[in-house]
Amino acid sequence: MDRNHPHRQLALMRQSFFDQGYLDEQFIQLEELQDDANPNFVEEVVTSYYRDSARLILNIEQALEKKPLDFNKLDGYMHQFKGSSSSIGAEKVKAECTQFREYCRAGNGEGCIRTFQQLKKEYTTLKKKLEAYFQLARQAGPSETACRPK
Amino acid sequence: MAVAAGEVFASGSQELHVLAVDDSNADGKIIERLLKISSCKATAVESGIRALQFLGLDGEKHSGYNVNLIMTDYSMPGMTGYELLKKIKESSACRQIPVVIMSSENILTRIDRYFFNSIIFLLHRV
Repeated sequence: MDRNHPHRQLALMRQSFFDQGYLDEQFIQLEELQDDANPNFVEEVVTSYYRDSARLILNIEQALEKKPLDFNKLDGYMHQFKGSSSSIGAEKVKAECTQFREYCRAGNGEGCIRTFQQLKKEYTTLKKKLEAYFQLARQAGPSETACRPK
Repeated sequence: MAVAAGEVFASGSQELHVLAVDDSNADGKIIERLLKISSCKATAVESGIRALQFLGLDGEKHSGYNVNLIMTDYSMPGMTGYELLKKIKESSACRQIPVVIMSSENILTRIDRYFFNSIIFLLHRV
């Protein structure tokens, strides 16, 4: 296959997500649920995730501005965030969520604030990568790679 | 799990109708898809309140939809999975519907009579 063939580019892009730790096997589980009858399933789930979590991020930001910090509430939000990030296989985002929750349990406000900045960075980076991926997938058209990876 | 429930309930002629309750729209989509692949009819709602509306338990004068199984997230804002379970078990129309509760936290502070005849499915700890 021509190395610039969109399907090959798509496959390389996809592999890089796993190699660089942005996504884990849960993403593959989602891909397995996609088929010709539901060709955009993964993109739909990811889009739902970004919609739901945008709200959560706002809630967390607001909660981080209250003094004193309500660590229970923050931990609750982060539990939710970690859960849905897990569902799409967002490995780096998930790791930041774990770190954040540890700081909550330790009552470490500084740690929480610092980790949240890092989390937002990972979250945005992944969003851009996935947007590019889905756009390329749409341009490339239907293929084995996009649906059922071997 | 939906397939196992299907073996218990379906006589083969009718599709199992599962109501999935999850405040995360992403998770709701996934559950819905999994259920459809298992040949169930699936409806995903995003809150306990919506679930009660769907079941016709919201106090409005309308009959709810027929549902064979309810799968609900445990920790949800507003009405929790526990509170939803309670409402379902308190209703003569719906108390027979088996309820599967999904939780990744060990926050079940009490197992009480409402959990009788429901299944608690503890997910891999997140």
